[in-house]
Amino acid sequence: MIELKNVEKKFGDLRVLKGIDLSVKRGEVISIIGASGSGKSTMLYCINALEQIQGGQIVVDGIDVHDKSTNLNELRRHIGMVFQQWNSFPHLTVLENVALAPRLVLGKSKEEARHIAEKQLKHVGLGDKLDVYPTRMSGGQQQRLAIARALAMEPDYMLFDEVTSALDPELVGEVLDTLRLLSDDGMTMIVVTHEISFARDVSDRVAFFHQGVIEEIGPAQQLINDPQKARTQQFLSKVR
Amino acid sequence: MSSDASAIQFFSGFQVNDLWFLAEAAGGTLLISAIAISVGTFFGCLFGWALTASRWTSLTLGSVLDVFRSVPLIIQLLLFFNFFPIIGLPIDPFAAGSIVLIFYTSALVAQVARGGIEAVPASMRRASRSLGMTYWQDMRYVVWPVGLRAVLPAWAGVALGVLKDSALVSVLGYLELLRASQILITRTQEPFIILSIVGLFYFALSYPISKTTAKLEQRWQYD
Ligand SMILES: Nc1ncnc2c1ncn2[C@@H]1O[C@H](COP(=O)(O)OP(=O)(O)OP(=O)(O)O)[C@@H](O)[C@H]1O
Ligand SMILES: [Mg+2]
Repeated sequence: MIELKNVEKKFGDLRVLKGIDLSVKRGEVISIIGASGSGKSTMLYCINALEQIQGGQIVVDGIDVHDKSTNLNELRRHIGMVFQQWNSFPHLTVLENVALAPRLVLGKSKEEARHIAEKQLKHVGLGDKLDVYPTRMSGGQQQRLAIARALAMEPDYMLFDEVTSALDPELVGEVLDTLRLLSDDGMTMIVVTHEISFARDVSDRVAFFHQGVIEEIGPAQQLINDPQKARTQQFLSKVR
Repeated sequence: MSSDASAIQFFSGFQVNDLWFLAEAAGGTLLISAIAISVGTFFGCLFGWALTASRWTSLTLGSVLDVFRSVPLIIQLLLFFNFFPIIGLPIDPFAAGSIVLIFYTSALVAQVARGGIEAVPASMRRASRSLGMTYWQDMRYVVWPVGLRAVLPAWAGVALGVLKDSALVSVLGYLELLRASQILITRTQEPFIILSIVGLFYFALSYPISKTTAKLEQRWQYD
């Protein structure tokens, strides 16, 4: 379980998160929607401590993420993350991209790591690309590679930060399909997205961010089809 | 009679033995450049990393390195070489030349290394950290190879430049190619032959650097 309790985040004087409360249960899929600059990415970065917080608390499976004694590298093994930019390691083949962290972080042997990587790459439909260099692949394929790379750590949670925003429109579908696959597998996911219909159809709940606060949160169908707050209605009418 | 004979010997033409003399001098150039480039690259990488590590190091170390980059090498050499005898510690030309060249090289390499580290997108580094890699694992397995590929040509430029700039150590009296060529030209009065040979020696010393880096670049074309 991921719990955010009154989380505050500042960049200098700029307050980006102003008291975020959110809890995500195992197996749940939550989508985060909201305008650009409302703090969606920042919240994800705070969950695996790529960013520090200035107030409140984030607890993942009973571990206080921002406590000084927390082993962050150990924590991050359990929280996979995929970014808007696919960030393939360009000097490694597709297989090596996925096998690197299991070897370094989990201490797997070369054989084991290869086995894990093959399995995950097949799962996201890249089984025929193992020895290709990622720069030779489309954005959609590279984004699926990034998902396989995160899955290879066998995380308990996955965070997705607008993973389709940098893709050509015709490549969005294949990546969303991969996310659906994960949700069917029962993965716990927090998905920051601009794909409103994806948020409605795949997630259990949707949270609407506005200027660093969760303005409204509720069951996906209800929040998208029948939002209660004026700001949510406004935002949804603009993006649809 | 006898004074004529010695004069003739002194102003004799270019001889085969002189080739050995030049080869030995090329060894001098090779030795001092190899030391400067290898040790200078090592420290340059450390400094380059320090430049990116914090604002404070970037400011302080950055300005120190700027001094080494901007004061002409020949002035650095003469200052350094003449400074030690003043404080009662004589230093030989080779040691003085090596030390100054190492500083100079590391100042140049530091900027290249900083550029290499900064060439790796912040989001790529976040991705590797999010996989649970430590700071140093990220450095070793992602930043180093990706950054190296980005700045290898720039590094080769620095290395080739240092090889040529090592000629300036001749002002301290260290025997390397330039100094040897001056000695031979004075004796033989055949500058054309001698400078051509010296040019060939420099080319032979540079070739492995440019060839190796070009090969690596080709192999590292991401495909
Ligand atoms: N490293 C940083 N330093 C300073 N300000 C930052 C930094 N990162 C983000 N910000 C600021 O924090 C605010 C929230 O940014 P964030 O990226 O979380 O928004 P977002 O909701 O993800 O927006 P988008 O939809 O554009 O991705 C923005 O005003 C942004 O300029
Ligand atoms: Mg964002």
